[in-house]
Amino acid sequence: MAYSDKVIDHYENPRNVGSLPKDDANVGTGLVGAPECGDVMKLQVKVNPETGVIDDAKFKTFGCGSAIASSSLATEWLKGKTVEQALAIKNTDIVAELSLPPVKIHCSVLAEDAIKAAIADYKKKQSETKGEGAVAGEHAQPNA
Amino acid sequence: MKLPIYMDYHATTPVDPRVLEAMLPYFTQHFGNPASRNHAFGWEAEEAVETARKQVADLIGATAKEIIFTSGATEANNLAIKGAAEMYREKGNHVITCVTEHKAVIDTCKKLEKQGARVTYLPVQKDGRISLDELRAAITDKTILITIMTANNEIGVLQPVAEIGAIAKEKGILFHTDAVQAAGKVPFNVNEVKADLVSMSAHKMYGPKGVGALYVRRRNPRVLLAEQINGGGHERGMRSGTLNVPGIVGFGKAAELARTGMADESQRLRGLRDRLNEKLHKNLDEIYVNGSMEHRLPHSLNISFAYVEGESLLMGINDVAVSSGSACTSASLEPSYVLKALGAGDDLAHSSIRFGLGRWTTDEEVDYVVEKLTTVVRRLREMSPLYEMVKEGVDLTKMQWVAH
Repeated sequence: MAYSDKVIDHYENPRNVGSLPKDDANVGTGLVGAPECGDVMKLQVKVNPETGVIDDAKFKTFGCGSAIASSSLATEWLKGKTVEQALAIKNTDIVAELSLPPVKIHCSVLAEDAIKAAIADYKKKQSETKGEGAVAGEHAQPNA
Repeated sequence: MKLPIYMDYHATTPVDPRVLEAMLPYFTQHFGNPASRNHAFGWEAEEAVETARKQVADLIGATAKEIIFTSGATEANNLAIKGAAEMYREKGNHVITCVTEHKAVIDTCKKLEKQGARVTYLPVQKDGRISLDELRAAITDKTILITIMTANNEIGVLQPVAEIGAIAKEKGILFHTDAVQAAGKVPFNVNEVKADLVSMSAHKMYGPKGVGALYVRRRNPRVLLAEQINGGGHERGMRSGTLNVPGIVGFGKAAELARTGMADESQRLRGLRDRLNEKLHKNLDEIYVNGSMEHRLPHSLNISFAYVEGESLLMGINDVAVSSGSACTSASLEPSYVLKALGAGDDLAHSSIRFGLGRWTTDEEVDYVVEKLTTVVRRLREMSPLYEMVKEGVDLTKMQWVAH
């Protein structure tokens, strides 16, 4: 299948590959997908608690070129956005930017899920430190 | 060394220049229809076809009269299975096959089921082979056909066809084998295997696409098939239609080259394949060969690279042509059903690469592929959340994933 130049670019030169410290109170981690589906994305955001702006974002992805590109693009877009702006990112934006064919649209959906999961995790941590109780957020859990 | 490198010889093969040379005169000079009985154009075309028929027969230890030419192995599989089911329907309506067969066999069996036949799909063991005990246990008094491929196209594993043939013979059941990947690559004799029907394809043995053959046994027993294509009764009434003379001539030449060169070529390719395998194992950890190494085509290798997805791997080695069992590489988004049948788990199916070496593969190409793959796998593992979790000591099998 033919990849768009942008997908190839993100694959050859992925932005923001890596990890942020999971235990940092200002880091939200989203882990979505499943190995059986061939797609697993871990997306992390580091939020400035005073301004609510995402200072840093990192990703790691097990998946095809389009999945890697979608998550790489997501981290690029997240940096500098507020948490609420981040939640407004739609998978359709990713599809448009990367010219994803129909068969790869689900990769962009997973990236959007990863963003939401990372933000939800951050919010959960924030409310826990403030003692307000857990905020609902669905993401993968390792069994203790 | 030319790029891109072709290492997908299971998918198709280039036509050998000697084959092309043999074919060309039959397009423009000796272009007659072999069914034209009354003039020299027809006679010389017929002679060329009969020469090719003998060449194909010699490859598998058959007689020329037992070779029916078709448009390819898919058609040969259809003819064998549907033709036998129809012809022997008074005897029974049960067919035994295997879960790892090519779609040309599986989909044909599914069609038979829709028409009221019963089909048993035998599972395979971890090494990719069926259990002979399970085969015996599956046989009923309504079983009329066992169809099990000689060598699997995805994992290269060889089934115990001689033993299967013996069981079939003992029970008076017809034995068909899809020998597309095996013919011309490993020795195959219809009498040693006791096969009654054998499918072959030209373009898998350095011949042209669009032509194949079905071996149909004439003695002990004489096998009859209901023709699936009507219209003139060509090929002993089993397959009507004007013969693809240039294609058939090419197939014959390809078969002859395969037979005479097989011993040397298979030894050379086995050496290259083993070199590829050993070097990859030396460079990378957590890589797994899918299926038996012992019972395998000499030029075939299928390896899963844990924690790395197949399509992203292929993107990284974009100057090497191989194929993957990953869902992302299939139009249906389903991972390879052959790898699933081995019980490896979908994640390893998504991480698999199939290597098929061939007549023009060189040491240099193998070494290049090893280097390229090593670099790409390492890079993708650095980007892989699964690899990271494993390094942290997480047991991935205990994870609760949020699938979407």
